Amino acid sequence: MNKFDKLDIIDILKDLDKYVPRRRGWTWRIPEKNLNLEGNIYSDASKSLKQSIPLPAAKYFNNIDPQPIQVITTEIASGRFEDDIRRMRMAAWHGADHIMVIRTAGQSHFYGLIEGTPQGIGGVPITRKQVRAQRKALDIIEDEVGRPINFHSYVSGVAGPDIAVMFAEEGINGAHQDPQYNVLYRNINMIRSFVDAAESKKIMAWADILQIDGAHNANATAMVAWKVMPELMVQHAINSLFSEKVGIKKENIALSTVPPTAYPAPDLKINLPYAKALRDFFSDYKMRAQMNTKYMESSTREATVTHVLNMLISKLTSADIQSTITPDEGRNVPWHMYNVEACDTAKQALIGMDGLLEMVELKDEGFLPKKVRELKERAILFFEELLEAGGYFQAVEKGFFIDSGIYPERNYDGISRKINGGIGANTVYERDEDYFAPVTAHFGYNNVKQYGVKDDESPSILINGSTFEDRSKIQYIDELDLEDNVNKRLEETKKYLNSSIIKPEVQWAGDGILIVDITLPTSMKYAEAAALEIAKKMNIIDAEVIHKEKLHDSEATRIQVKGRVDFEINLEELTLPEEPDILSDEEIKEHIKNNPMTIIAGTVGEDEHSVGLREIIDIKHGGIEKYGINCIYLGTSVPITKLVDAAIEAKADAILMSTIISHDEVHYKNMKKTHEYAKEKGVREKLIILSGGTQVTPDLARKNGMDEGFGRGTKGQHVASFLVKKRVI
Amino acid sequence: MNKRTSRQDDFDTRRKHLEKLSDEDLKKSFWKLADETVKPLVDLAYTHTTPAIERSIILRMGFSSIEAKDLVEKAIANNLISKGVGHCVYRLSKIQKIDIRSAGLKLLNNEGWNEVLDSFGVKKDE
Repeated sequence: MNKFDKLDIIDILKDLDKYVPRRRGWTWRIPEKNLNLEGNIYSDASKSLKQSIPLPAAKYFNNIDPQPIQVITTEIASGRFEDDIRRMRMAAWHGADHIMVIRTAGQSHFYGLIEGTPQGIGGVPITRKQVRAQRKALDIIEDEVGRPINFHSYVSGVAGPDIAVMFAEEGINGAHQDPQYNVLYRNINMIRSFVDAAESKKIMAWADILQIDGAHNANATAMVAWKVMPELMVQHAINSLFSEKVGIKKENIALSTVPPTAYPAPDLKINLPYAKALRDFFSDYKMRAQMNTKYMESSTREATVTHVLNMLISKLTSADIQSTITPDEGRNVPWHMYNVEACDTAKQALIGMDGLLEMVELKDEGFLPKKVRELKERAILFFEELLEAGGYFQAVEKGFFIDSGIYPERNYDGISRKINGGIGANTVYERDEDYFAPVTAHFGYNNVKQYGVKDDESPSILINGSTFEDRSKIQYIDELDLEDNVNKRLEETKKYLNSSIIKPEVQWAGDGILIVDITLPTSMKYAEAAALEIAKKMNIIDAEVIHKEKLHDSEATRIQVKGRVDFEINLEELTLPEEPDILSDEEIKEHIKNNPMTIIAGTVGEDEHSVGLREIIDIKHGGIEKYGINCIYLGTSVPITKLVDAAIEAKADAILMSTIISHDEVHYKNMKKTHEYAKEKGVREKLIILSGGTQVTPDLARKNGMDEGFGRGTKGQHVASFLVKKRVI
Repeated sequence: MNKRTSRQDDFDTRRKHLEKLSDEDLKKSFWKLADETVKPLVDLAYTHTTPAIERSIILRMGFSSIEAKDLVEKAIANNLISKGVGHCVYRLSKIQKIDIRSAGLKLLNNEGWNEVLDSFGVKKDE
């Protein structure tokens, strides 16, 4: 699709009952060894995108946009999937190729699939319709950027196997699956969680879905985050090995690992040994490097620096997937621009550290290996005591996990769950001898012999194929709730769809939300109240302080206020400034190289202003000298006759006259005089005469005999573009 | 807050038996312990089923999520989940010589359960 067109949500929602996903399985980036972009050689880059948005400084590098080798994740879920689709597009253009959709609060405890498109809280209800709509949109987006996009959500809760089936049918590429997450953080019965997990994983294996575990949550939950390091390795091992034993191939098993601590702790001294120990032990599996969320506050700057340090660890060890956390997550308001910022941060940091391990290496003696060894031994000791306690279930019941001590230290404050307690307790049934299930990708005991199914056949042949073989059997449900659905929501926001009416937007169409950043020369106590008062005077509705930062106890406080405006802007009623018609630096340089140019410049009349003209000319200000134009500068208060005479003598191509003083229209009068004098001398036809100054209006300059006039905001490139074009004509 | 006093970090004494192990043996030891932990969990899953597993089977047999939930609840009420809920649907389709979807819809309509119970020799109240 054309990048100047917006995604059409109405079209995406059309015919979803007939939508067929184009592929199954996970896609990695394609490495491109020694990628050369404009003479920059990259060691760890991947295939470039067809279309993308590079970081701002790329404009000095002919807009190159090198892509790191790591798959880059962004998490998007505002509660309205139809608005998230647009954010997915923005994120993909900034380098994301793994889009993770967070589930709505409470979905873990839902028995069965949620259907339709209800609005979510803190996430999106994951349903077949929502998955289809977003996957369909991602098909369009991946074609635009020219790189496959992995779509991801969660297989957990008390309906894990149900969701796994739907994901397999709908072409989901990655999913979180870890029964320990259910047990520890969702209080779902542990026996139930593991029995369900085996089926879920078997289904995911069939669909070639990449699995990410849930161990990173221990870090975010623990009272002293870094002390759970030995236990984290145990949790990773339990899920990874369990997955492998039920049939997921090793390359589809990824650990979700987080650097456990952050500033003001000595970040690398704690995080690097842990990262190294983990990668030593789990060398057969993939690494999904998550960023630290435990110590995120409302400062987006602080979070961004933590995340860059996290990526230093990814580069010093390894990461197959680099996850990003939006720097505003500490405020619980992940908005469009912060998803984009997080992707840009990852791209900038990873490309900035390109080739790091070709230049430095981790020491194999001293502090680092000593710490690595210690962590490994602590993890082994944890396993030993877990087995002595009677196994995993007994250890959970005894509160082994999320203890605030660094194992074997224990503070007995871990999360304890009863073996026969929690949600879904006593819902696990032993299979009878003649138990049977006529489907593909079913884990465990299945008496297929009673119906004559051979070992190399799927039991689904008995029913002429399950939905995995014949997707026409899938029962698609559109909507169940007549009020809470996407169509109703779109009715409310339709005036903003592909129209010229806009409002500020941070997450939902027409939300009208904006942030005001205010520095107030007072203490925090007064600054907060003052900022809200300012917001009120600015007619900002529902104003609330989302960030405050002490610049000094008494001198100043920085406040960020979030609020809403209820007016709209009609793009058709706006008067847009005329866009200067400019050539690229390369085009100008090439032209001047082949056709040398000389100009005469000066400030005319009784006028001592020199700064503006020097900025247009001087190479150090990015002026026209940089293109190779020969500039003869005559200074200030230059008589107009001198300007024209000098041009004749130097055989110049053009005159650049600066006219700053404007009282009594003297600047236009001088333009006219110059024009007349050049005519008198018989050189007007040969000379391009330009005039510039803060009070110059191009139209009036032309009326007063100039070839062109240049006002406020003019850059050397604008002037040079005009000169080149004028001469060519 | 803590009911029990903390256990001090006795890493230095506990680790004595690991001290001499090479890095490679340490790794082997870690994975051996992981295997011992995980094996009983896999065995448990191999021989057991749950309502969610059975719903996922019914989904794969071509029923909607609403139908799957209902069918599994009915099978549990009929004391038949240990046979496999998909099995019940398959069994009725064989007994009545009808297709899978029709068999499932009959069971959803509370028809055919007795035939299925009889064929398995299961009593509803067992």
